[in-house]
Amino acid sequence: MALKKLSKEKMGEVLGELSKFRLVAPAKSDEVVVFKQIGDPQEAFLDYGNSTVPPKKFAFPQTETLFRFMVGSPELKEKNVEEEGTTVIFGLRPCDARAMAIVDKLFSWDFDDPYYLKRRELTTLVGMACVEPPSVNCFCTSLQGSPFGTEGLDMLLTDMGDYYLVQSLTEKGEKLAETLSSQLEEAPAGDEKKAEEMARESEGRIRRSISTAGIPEKLPGLWENELWKRVSAACLGCGICTFLCPTCHCFDIQDEVDEGGEGRRCRMWDSCMFEEYTLHASGHNPRPTRRERTRNRINHKYSYYPNRFGVIACVGCGRCINLCPVNIDILDILDQVVDAQ
Amino acid sequence: MKNPYIPHEVKILDTWYEAPGDRCIKTFKVTFTDEKVWDTWSHLPGQCAMVGIPGVGESMFCISSSPTEKGYLRFSIMKAGKNTSALHELEAGDTFFVRGPLGNNFPLEDWKGKNVVTIGGGIGQAPLRPVIQWIRDNRGDYGELQLIYGARTSADHCFKDEFKEILEEGECACHLSIDVEEEEWPHFVGFVPQLLLEVAPSPENTIAVTCGPPIMIKFVLQNLEKLGFTPDQVYTTLENRMKCGIGKCGRCNVGHLYVCKDGPVFSYAQLKEIPEAFA
Ligand SMILES: Cc1cc2nc3c(=O)[nH]c(=O)nc-3n(C[C@H](O)[C@H](O)[C@H](O)COP(=O)(O)OP(=O)(O)OC[C@H]3O[C@@H](n4cnc5c(N)ncnc54)[C@H](O)[C@@H]3O)c2cc1C
Ligand code: SF4
Ligand code: SF4
Ligand code: FES
Repeated sequence: MALKKLSKEKMGEVLGELSKFRLVAPAKSDEVVVFKQIGDPQEAFLDYGNSTVPPKKFAFPQTETLFRFMVGSPELKEKNVEEEGTTVIFGLRPCDARAMAIVDKLFSWDFDDPYYLKRRELTTLVGMACVEPPSVNCFCTSLQGSPFGTEGLDMLLTDMGDYYLVQSLTEKGEKLAETLSSQLEEAPAGDEKKAEEMARESEGRIRRSISTAGIPEKLPGLWENELWKRVSAACLGCGICTFLCPTCHCFDIQDEVDEGGEGRRCRMWDSCMFEEYTLHASGHNPRPTRRERTRNRINHKYSYYPNRFGVIACVGCGRCINLCPVNIDILDILDQVVDAQ
Repeated sequence: MKNPYIPHEVKILDTWYEAPGDRCIKTFKVTFTDEKVWDTWSHLPGQCAMVGIPGVGESMFCISSSPTEKGYLRFSIMKAGKNTSALHELEAGDTFFVRGPLGNNFPLEDWKGKNVVTIGGGIGQAPLRPVIQWIRDNRGDYGELQLIYGARTSADHCFKDEFKEILEEGECACHLSIDVEEEEWPHFVGFVPQLLLEVAPSPENTIAVTCGPPIMIKFVLQNLEKLGFTPDQVYTTLENRMKCGIGKCGRCNVGHLYVCKDGPVFSYAQLKEIPEAFA
């Protein structure tokens, strides 16, 4: 597909144009960068490493209503996702887009999840290539990703200095390029080669890696291995590693009712690192300690998910390493898995 | 797109208690308020449904009636927490909500021509009831049917009237037990796994299906092996905490299997591969 050029002065105009949709972009919130709906193009903060919170909530909100009801009435009013409107997520990193492509498989597996899938259908993803790997703990290249990866994206922007190189990747991307046709120019010849070169350089600057080959097959055999006790010993069970992971998708379902009897059934993010997550009404808990819960987290990402969906449910964004309050490091766990006998 | 999270209202036709006590068991016989739902509904023995009340919540229960029983569904529910307590408040004429059918089923088609022995304990008899009813209603398709069932006391036995009927019919072997001695109890006293060894069904052309408390299942499986049953002749159901019931919320996995989607019915051959199965 045709390459375009977007000069940096026109970024404000582009964001203005995109705000006729629901526009979501990285923005500063106190000291952290989060993706949020922006009205004013000035709010967008594009000169960022990676967001602390991944943009997953725009496909899979932290809390969302499934339906509304009046207590005692047979009428259930289904949430209409369409009302949220067409969305453009602008400036997300390739790993986060790839994470969405991975999670898509789950939400369309067997039973279609109407809320998630509708939202995905209404959303266009515009990525920002990582000219520099955003954190010391990035390891996307160990997971078939790349700082310039395009999987899951509809459009990719690459910072070329004075301008962005714009690559439309899907039909949605093409349509968006049409919308922006008055801001886009022909890309200079030779830019494609130059971008490929930049991609190689960026990949070369990724410092951490793991050979994932064989891990999915090896994990089941390590069930009773002492490594699980070791790697979970410091864990606080706070759930940050899962809440901030772009591929984590577990949820709870709860009902809320106000004084007037008006209620809603909603789902909200949940974490397999919490004790209550698997607690039965009888009091029995099949995963009673952090050892079992950590083992499940790693197995889910690196064994069960690939077993079912053919892909590891981790994109190497490094968030769980960067943000764990007690420095539990998934690469260290995986190294121990590789070394375990 | 069909929305698998939206439940259907059902009306209670009848209720009765199966067992008394703190964790009493009540059976609900229900029909869909909107009769059109029946046109889209079909379930098989072993399948489950999410049952609940908007404003309270929902939880997973097996459908304890067989599809051969037309025009109604049955759920046999033990009072165990918030949702089940609210359900226990309801009587004939009241309504609640059902979402399903969910999960897989016992492969009864594949068992045609075989003998079937069911081994249940306590409320674990609920998923076995539709198997038994199905075979009774399709008697010519199956060989011998043997029932083994136990509960703590005679009062804790579910489906007492039906067992009585089956015993009186004398058409299939029916072995009952209680854990501790009671006056005038004519049947076995002891745990279900012991009763199983006592009855000693032959593994020849036979399928064994078991369901009950985890500890019972564990010993029943061991004893079935002693009797010569191979793991692919043995089926059971697993229980786990559930929310979505459709393989999305990630909660109910045992190893790489989701109990809500790949189960609740599993062959012992499948479970032997999964260390988490009996955790
Ligand atoms: C496949 C399957 C079939 C079942 N069939 C029956 C049956 O026929 N009869 C019966 O009495 N019970 C059955 N259960 C168990 C029943 O779902 C729980 O005992 C019940 O949810 C707990 O009661 P509560 O919802 O009132 O508890 P609460 O404490 O109000 O439950 C809170 C939440 O936790 C979940 N939960 C808690 N404990 C369990 C548990 N042990 N299993 C599953 N979810 C749980 C519930 O879904 C609920 O959303 C079955 C469970 C499964 C998984
Ligand atoms: S972020 Fe760290 S401490 Fe918190 S649950 Fe995850 S591993 Fe444990
Ligand atoms: S497991 Fe950690 S590194 Fe992998 S995608 Fe999740 S947060 Fe990123
Ligand atoms: S109950 Fe949600 S995945 Fe099984």
